[in-house]
Amino acid sequence: MLTRAELTEQAAATGRAAVSRPAAERVRPRRTPITWVRRGGLSKLVFTLPLLVVFGVFSWWPIARSVVMSFQRTNLVTAPLFVGWQNFEYVFHDPIFWVAVRNTGWFALLALVFGYPLPLVLAVIMSEVRRLKGLFSVLAYLPVVMPPVVSVLLWKFFYDARAEGVFNTILGWAGIPPQPWIQSTVAAMPSLVLQATWAAAGGTIIIYLAALTSVAPELYDAAEVDGAGIWGKIWHVTLPQLRGILFITLILQIIGTAQVFLQPFLFTNGGPVDSTTTILLLVYRYAFTNSLGGNYGAATALSLMLAVFLALMSVLYFRLTRRWSDA
Amino acid sequence: MTTTRTAHMSTDRTIISETDWKRPAVRIPTTVLHVVLLLLLIVVGLLPLLWLAKSAITPTQDTLQHPMALFPNGFAWANLAHAWNDVHIGTYFVNTIWVTVGEWAVQLIVATTGGYALAVLKPAYAKVISGLVLATLFVPAVVLLVPLYLTILHPPLVGTSLLNTYWAVWLPAGASAFNVLLVMRFFQGLPTEVFEAAETDGAGPFRLFWSIVLPMSRPILGVVSVFGISAAWADFLWPMLVLPNQQIQPLSVRLPAIASQTDLGVYLAALAIASLIPVVIFLCFQRTFLRGGGLGGAVKG
Repeated sequence: MLTRAELTEQAAATGRAAVSRPAAERVRPRRTPITWVRRGGLSKLVFTLPLLVVFGVFSWWPIARSVVMSFQRTNLVTAPLFVGWQNFEYVFHDPIFWVAVRNTGWFALLALVFGYPLPLVLAVIMSEVRRLKGLFSVLAYLPVVMPPVVSVLLWKFFYDARAEGVFNTILGWAGIPPQPWIQSTVAAMPSLVLQATWAAAGGTIIIYLAALTSVAPELYDAAEVDGAGIWGKIWHVTLPQLRGILFITLILQIIGTAQVFLQPFLFTNGGPVDSTTTILLLVYRYAFTNSLGGNYGAATALSLMLAVFLALMSVLYFRLTRRWSDA
Repeated sequence: MTTTRTAHMSTDRTIISETDWKRPAVRIPTTVLHVVLLLLLIVVGLLPLLWLAKSAITPTQDTLQHPMALFPNGFAWANLAHAWNDVHIGTYFVNTIWVTVGEWAVQLIVATTGGYALAVLKPAYAKVISGLVLATLFVPAVVLLVPLYLTILHPPLVGTSLLNTYWAVWLPAGASAFNVLLVMRFFQGLPTEVFEAAETDGAGPFRLFWSIVLPMSRPILGVVSVFGISAAWADFLWPMLVLPNQQIQPLSVRLPAIASQTDLGVYLAALAIASLIPVVIFLCFQRTFLRGGGLGGAVKG
C-alpha cells in the first residue's frame, strides 16, 4: 500500500513528467486507478457488476454466439467448423420448414382476426362500468393468472373428441354434433388459437383499460361541444388517442404468435400430420430431439431468420403508420 | 341533444358523460350490455377454474361420463392426497417454489443494483450499458434458446456444467431488460434533492442504496416481484431443457409428463394444486397485478 505522502509525490512526479513531454504523448494525470476509486468509480462498478455479469453471460454473449453458430457446424465433441450458408440451405431444403412457415402464419392470422379486436372492444365497454369495475378486471385477468401449462392441459381435456367431452357436451345442449377439435387437421389450429386467445386477452384488456383512463377528459368535452354522439367520441377521440398503444400491442402480438410453442407442443406435438408444426417447434426438434446429437447450426439459423423477419416487420409497420399519420 | 355545459364536469370522465348517463336511452342499453359482459366474464374467466376445482374432487368415471354434472356420485377427496403423495406433486411443488424464489431473488438483485448504478450513480459507461440492455428487448427469446443452452453446458469461468442445477434457471432469469428498464425509470423519477441531502449527511453509495432508494421503491419492487414470480411459476420450455433430472423438475415440466400414466381424477387434482398458489397470490395482490399490467404497456412502448 502506498501512503498518502507517496501518492502526492507520485502525482507531482507525473505532473512534472507531463510538462516535459510533447503534447501528443501527455498522460492524463487525473485518470489513475487511485483517483478513479476515490471518486466512487469502484462502488459504481460494484453496483453495475451483477447486471454486467448476468447480461453478459446469459444474454449478450449467447445473442452474439447465435449469429456465429448459424454459420457453423457445432457438435459438442469436436471444434465448431465454419460451413458458410449450409445451415440456411439445409433449412430451406427441409419440406417441413415451409409447412411450419405456413402454419405459423395461419396461427398468427387467426390470432389477429379473433384475438386482436376483442380485448379493445371489451376494454372500451368495461371502462364505462360505473359499479364493481374491479370485479370485471379480476374476472378478465383470471385466465392470465393460471399457469400456461395448466390451462393448456385443462383445455386439452375440454377438447375431448368424444360426445362426452366437455365442449362437446356444451355443444350438445345447443343441438350441435360433437366436433373433433384438436384431432382433425382442419380444426386443430383454430382450437389452439381459441385457447391462446382465452389465455392472453385479459392481459391486453388491462393494458387498454390503463390507456383509456389516460385519455384527456377535455377531448371528450370538446367533442361533445362539436355535437359528437357516443360513436362519434369513440371514433374521433378514443381510437386516435389509443393509436400508440394499439400499435404496441399489435407488434407484441405478432412477435408473440410468431414464436408460439406451448400450444402446438402440448396440445398436438405438431400433429395431426404436421398441421400444427410451427417454426419454434421445428427449432426445438432440430436442436433437442435428434438422438444423434442436435443440429444446432440449423436451429440457430432458423431462429435467426425468424428474428430478422420480426425486426423487419416492426420497422416496416412503424414506417408505414408514421407515414399514414403524417398524411 | 343540448350542448349546454353543465357545472358538474367530472375530472376523470369516460366516453359516456354524466349528462348522457342520465338519459334512459343511453343508460338502459349500457347497463344491459354490462350485465351481459359480466355473465360472459364469469362463464369464460371463472367457470373453467371452478370446473377444475370441482373435478379435482370428483371420481374419475363421473368426470369422464358426465363432465358437466355436479357430483352425481359424491366426492373423491382422496384424489388430492393421491396426487400430493403417490404422484409426488408435493415434491414438484417444493421444486417449483425453489425455482420461483431463486428467480425472484436474482431478478430483484440485478434489477435494483443495475437500475441504481445506471440511474443514480451514472458511471461514464452508463449510456452504453443501458443501450445494450434496451437492445435485448428487441431480440426475440427464440434466438437465445440454443446458444444459452450451450452456455449452460459449458459456462465461462465456472468450469463445470450448470445442467441439472437450479442456477441454470435462476441466473438467466436475471437478464430481463424489462425489469432493469422498469426499475431504472422509477429510480430516475425519484427526487434528486433526497440523494443530495443524504450525500451531505455523509451517506455513501451503499447507504444511499439500502436506506433511501430501496425503501422509496416499494411500489415498483412489488410490480417486478409479482411479474417475476408469475413468470417463474409459468416457465416451461427452459426448465424442461436444463433440468432433465425428474427429481428436481418443477410442476410445469412434470404435469405434461405424468399425463398419460395418471388416473384422470388424480391428474386433475394435480392441475388444481398447481394453479392454487398463482390464483391466491393474484387475489391477494390484485392491485399490484392490474396496475403493473397497465404499466407493462407503458414501458414496452
